Amino acid sequence: MNLHEHQAKALLAEYGVPIPRGKVAFSVDEAVAAASELGLPVVVKAQIHAGGRGKAGGVRLARTEDEVRAAADAILGATLVTKQTGPEGRLVRRLLVEEGVAIARELYVSFIIDRSTGRPMCIASAAGGMDIEEVAAETPEKILTVTVDPAMGMQPFQARRLAFGLGFEGQVFRNGTKFLTALYRAFEGLDASQVEINPMLVTAGGDVLALDAKVSVDDSALFRQPQVAALRDIHEESPFEVEASKHRLSYIKLDGSVGCMVNGAGLAMATMDIVKLAGASPANFLDVGGGASADQIENAFRILSSDPEVRLVLINIFGGILRCDRLARGLIDAVRKLGVTLPIVIRMEGTNVELARRMLEESGLDFTTADGMRDAAEQVVKRLAGQEAA
Amino acid sequence: MSVLVGNETRLVVQGITGREGAFHAEACRDYGTNLVAGVVPGKGGQTAVGVPVFDTVAEAVEKTGANVGFVLVPPPFCADAYAEAVDAGLDLVVSITEGVPTRDMVRVMRTVPPGGTRILGPNCPGVISPGKAKVGIMPGFIHKEGHVGVVSRSGTLTYEAVHQLSERGIGQSTCVGIGGDPVIGTQFVDVLELFAADDDTEAVILIGEIGGGAEEEAAEFIRRELRKPVVAFIAGQTAPPGRRMGHAGAIVMGGQGTAAGKMEALRSAGCTVVESPAEMGAAMEARLRG
Ligand SMILES: Nc1ncnc2c1ncn2[C@@H]1O[C@H](COP(=O)(O)OP(=O)(O)OP(=O)(O)O)[C@@H](O)[C@H]1O
Ligand SMILES: [Mg+2]
Repeated sequence: MNLHEHQAKALLAEYGVPIPRGKVAFSVDEAVAAASELGLPVVVKAQIHAGGRGKAGGVRLARTEDEVRAAADAILGATLVTKQTGPEGRLVRRLLVEEGVAIARELYVSFIIDRSTGRPMCIASAAGGMDIEEVAAETPEKILTVTVDPAMGMQPFQARRLAFGLGFEGQVFRNGTKFLTALYRAFEGLDASQVEINPMLVTAGGDVLALDAKVSVDDSALFRQPQVAALRDIHEESPFEVEASKHRLSYIKLDGSVGCMVNGAGLAMATMDIVKLAGASPANFLDVGGGASADQIENAFRILSSDPEVRLVLINIFGGILRCDRLARGLIDAVRKLGVTLPIVIRMEGTNVELARRMLEESGLDFTTADGMRDAAEQVVKRLAGQEAA
Repeated sequence: MSVLVGNETRLVVQGITGREGAFHAEACRDYGTNLVAGVVPGKGGQTAVGVPVFDTVAEAVEKTGANVGFVLVPPPFCADAYAEAVDAGLDLVVSITEGVPTRDMVRVMRTVPPGGTRILGPNCPGVISPGKAKVGIMPGFIHKEGHVGVVSRSGTLTYEAVHQLSERGIGQSTCVGIGGDPVIGTQFVDVLELFAADDDTEAVILIGEIGGGAEEEAAEFIRRELRKPVVAFIAGQTAPPGRRMGHAGAIVMGGQGTAAGKMEALRSAGCTVVESPAEMGAAMEARLRG
């Protein structure tokens, strides 16, 4: 789960990570009030779950009350198009109004779980404000990393090594090691999958602050992070995906026309791949879970048929121990109940598959049964071509 | 021989009195696995699925000689069950549980001493040596005894591969699901090492997916050490970057973990990389003939 910058900063502050003073605002008036409370100048920042806001005009310095009003007015309600939002952009519904700080240096620091060691890793670089991927590609020698033993936590010598590597001295060195240690504690305590501070700021006065904060929390840990779970902003998610998650379906919208319904994430990805290879284009990723229960199938149909781009549905269920005749009954019932008119190509494997095929064919509904994945993809392309001809 | 599980396996199911636990314990036993015990704290002394239930794994080991654990408990308790199996000194412990917090796995892996218990999963279908033993939730009947090792990050996609092999009369030595989470106990390379040393395994199917670098590490191992034919497929060639595709670990981040990169790494290591998931069986047939 992703968090807004203002939410992330508030959580980090609880672990002792220094942040600038700031307030969230949902209207222009609230932004102006926040600015007068904080004192000018302020920075007005769009709050969306996507990076690249600054370059897209979503981060503005305001020196006077009029400038605050103008900045808030321009950003709130605007659709920001950044390198991470896609061309459709993201509507800005809230702002962070923050005290303007005098910048001496901008640096980069993040924590992730390094998958090859299975341990937390800190990545730091003196090149703040830049994309870390760019730094890694162009000047990999500028990137510092430290792997943390989960039983020990971040150790003082590791924080010192990073602080020396970033060129910190004197008071800034002491503030820097404190900052890094607190940040690791937050990463651990919040069950974060990523905490990224870009830029980490050294002020003219020698303070070290998190000027920006991106925190993603492990979805599997939300059951024990109720404070984080309560921060979910469903406006930042696609309505289809929100609906799917209510039914414990794993769904991701894509831009093709073949609606896919599959059991298992790996097989679901593979099904998208084979659709694409056959020359068509998947409308979504959808995993209905190992069991593909009647209930899951009905909800899956409801979501797929509410996507106007979908012109055909491909079902690929590797049942194994699942009885295909039961699956077929569930499918027929769901299609009748919901009045689904889309053509359906179905490939299934499991016990009683012959009986299931007969049930589908005799149902009088628009089912095409396929034999294996390749045949399924070919049937999909054939049916789409038929639709175009008609 | 086969790897990980076989005729020598003595299985203890952790969580055997739960609905899932009882169902899968029975299915494993019916397949031919030597089920010897169950563990449920507070239910020691009872009997479930025809075997004695113990309060602790250590007791089950002491009384029954159990050497492999199968964990069927909800996500918040999975890491603790793994840790208990490690502490009891089992050879292998498998969990199919989906939704285990990553931090729990990070900590559990820290508890395994060098040469200690091998952890498989979580969020995986388990492991099966056809005709010998199954410790997992896969449908046993699609498998066939033989000499191809299968290793995969996915569940149903593994069944697909196995089905394509069995349909062609190609049997399997052992099929291992390593799981789709970012931090897992057993990696591709660990399983490839086992297959490399197993006389009964003549060739390998490797099924990867987007995210992380485990397939690249596997490619490096194959190039260096594996003198057996490998057919590989990578799921997620059409997945959009930055999105988690069902599995917590299936995500392309900052240009890392792409299907194209993994396919290229495996190809240059000498694997036959198929673009289509429908071609896994046929490609293996060709490699075995060729
Ligand atoms: N409170 C502040 N005081 C002074 N300058 C600021 C403040 N907040 C941000 N800035 C300046 O604006 C730049 C961009 O801010 P920030 O990193 O938060 O957004 P961004 O990186 O463009 O957006 P994103 O994180 O979405 O990619 C910073 O590098 C910094 O120079
Ligand atoms: Mg930034």
